[in-house]
Amino acid sequence: MINEVLARIQSGLPGACVELVNNPSPSGQHSLLVNPKDALAVAGFLRDDPELLFDFASNVSGVDWPPKKVKETIVRKETVDGAEKEIKETVERDVPGCLEVVYHLYSVARKTGPLTLRMRTADRGSNVALPSLTPVWKSADFQEREVYDLFGIRFEGHPDLRRILMWDEYADHPMRKDYVAPDDFEYEPTPHDEILERVKARAATPGEDA
Amino acid sequence: MLDEQLKSDLQKRGIFVTSFEDLYNWGRRSSLWPLQFGLACCAIEMIAAAAARFDMARFGAEVFRPSPRQADLMIIAGTVTKKMAPLVVRLYNQMPEPKYVIAMGACAISGGPFKEGYNVLKGIDRYIPVDVAIPGCPPRPEALLEGLIKLQKKIDKQTLFGPNQARHADRSDAADYPVPAYGAHDLEPPMNPAVFRPEPVEREE
Repeated sequence: MINEVLARIQSGLPGACVELVNNPSPSGQHSLLVNPKDALAVAGFLRDDPELLFDFASNVSGVDWPPKKVKETIVRKETVDGAEKEIKETVERDVPGCLEVVYHLYSVARKTGPLTLRMRTADRGSNVALPSLTPVWKSADFQEREVYDLFGIRFEGHPDLRRILMWDEYADHPMRKDYVAPDDFEYEPTPHDEILERVKARAATPGEDA
Repeated sequence: MLDEQLKSDLQKRGIFVTSFEDLYNWGRRSSLWPLQFGLACCAIEMIAAAAARFDMARFGAEVFRPSPRQADLMIIAGTVTKKMAPLVVRLYNQMPEPKYVIAMGACAISGGPFKEGYNVLKGIDRYIPVDVAIPGCPPRPEALLEGLIKLQKKIDKQTLFGPNQARHADRSDAADYPVPAYGAHDLEPPMNPAVFRPEPVEREE
């Protein structure tokens, strides 16, 4: 289905920057990665095109992609002493982090779906603005607020962008991978791993936990 | 103090003798009016305990009051999120003395399954004094009734004077409990040290 949708977008909106993200797992849940600047046009097209009619955004969620190092093996051919040899080289590459928002779209009219739509921010620091798709699908309103609250993605064009779960004075975004929760619990009866380390550290400095 | 044997002998002859304290405690424990609010799934069990099948009215606690000004008992029935905690403490402050607190279920006691989360208070005893803690997830209505009976026994033992003096009779401790503020990372303060005194955990190395 997704290839037809992509072809339809490319013929209906030439110039829109949409690419297919393949999912190699057996479930094969491929998705469309949309450039944020074209997102509103693509979303409107998906909703209104008579061949597509994705009239319902059922789910909006966030994903945090922290920066990571990827190891790649490169095979190159070299001629050493007249004989051709294959030399394998491992190269480490930095992949910058980003925040992602994922929309699951259904067409109630055509009984199709889900179509997975993704958008990515430029980085995880200050460029975390994405266009809001609430003007296209009203059901995205609260869920975009939740993504804003927990991941810190700013949705531009959202009618009422406030925190929805945490209080207004709260400064953190707890679903980000680098979130550190306040250290305020007396420990479970059988601590292990990271918690055990904290128990030991706390036992070394008595009088602080009461 | 009235001799218990003499009291029961007199009662067998049709003479009812009591002390003011006994009468006062009997009246209080037989009309514990809970504050009507629920925070999560434990509230469903609390409702079941109050309804016909389990019938909390048998213990005089069926009159759920919608106003803290008329309530004697606060049943913390469910998960106390950090966003909700200041409101719970404020409601507690608005209740008149004598007042009691039952922490119902794992979440109200310690945060329960959400203890390691970022948004749930790790036990309401961090801010207000808890008289009875009822474990369970959620506790069955019978457990709530058991907790209520435990609280009634506790009230029975309270005295107006002397070493086991009830808190409400001690005017020196009449101040409100501080309501935590919403901070940038957590509630501020994260607990009230005057109330929250967990027992130190003994561990084998």
